[in-house]
Amino acid sequence: MIPLSYFVTLSFLLFTIGVIGVLIRRNILMILMAIELILNAVNINFVAFSRFSQSIDGQVFVFFVMTIAAAEVVVGLAIVIVAFRRRATVNVDEFNLMKW
Amino acid sequence: MIAQLLFLYFSAVILGSALLAISLRNMIYSALSLLVTLIHVAGIYVLLNAEFVAAVQIIVYAGAILVLYLFVLMIFNVKLDERVLHLHYPLGIFLGLVVLAEMVIVYWGSGAASVERVVGPAAWNGVGNTQALGTALYTRYLFPFELASVILLVAMVGAVALGKRINKPASLKTSESANGKKTLSGTPVDSRVESRQ
Repeated sequence: MIPLSYFVTLSFLLFTIGVIGVLIRRNILMILMAIELILNAVNINFVAFSRFSQSIDGQVFVFFVMTIAAAEVVVGLAIVIVAFRRRATVNVDEFNLMKW
Repeated sequence: MIAQLLFLYFSAVILGSALLAISLRNMIYSALSLLVTLIHVAGIYVLLNAEFVAAVQIIVYAGAILVLYLFVLMIFNVKLDERVLHLHYPLGIFLGLVVLAEMVIVYWGSGAASVERVVGPAAWNGVGNTQALGTALYTRYLFPFELASVILLVAMVGAVALGKRINKPASLKTSESANGKKTLSGTPVDSRVESRQ
């Protein structure tokens, strides 16, 4: 049996890759994809702790996280499409209308 | 032994393709390596005796969310600009490593990692993972389950409302077209732009 700390380490590394992706990419679609990586890291943690605490509740939370991820992607991509129609760019540096 | 080898394979592919996903220049390739990551996360779930979550992972993430990303990427047809990273990307990598260090310190520093866990059979052994999850979802978590469906409805309505082209009022449209004709004198390009709006 694989120890719990292996899964937690995998989840930490995946979370870190996601955070770095959010911080370094200039493209807003890539930022949304990196958020997916972060959510998957959290899901791995939930399922691992659910398995090792002998309880199903963690998997129920994974279910809700997936629901929210789907809703977030749909609304986020709709906002990106509207922004692309107005500014003809997906570069986050160009979205500076509210910068003072 | 087999389980450990499988875990090593899945985690190596997950981390490698996640790194590729955030570093490749072409966004289609990034989306496809994100797909590889998500499918291998489903393998990790199977290793943890969570078969239903693994199936939902493949159906929802790989089947729906990734297809949505690819769809948007292909209708955008964004040209690859010369710079895909921020100028301050070393700072971003440093901040990510700070987050990693914080998680490592909290997990291994607090002694949570050294707590001996009982690794017996899964709690849902005997009834099946899907049945156990369904029982929990429809009894104890019934209200959050219904709320999740409301959230999906709101997201659907919001996406349709955002993505719809706003029809201008008739008076505004005619005045604009008159203006365009005056300045551009009705060239074919001009009329095409008009018909698109």
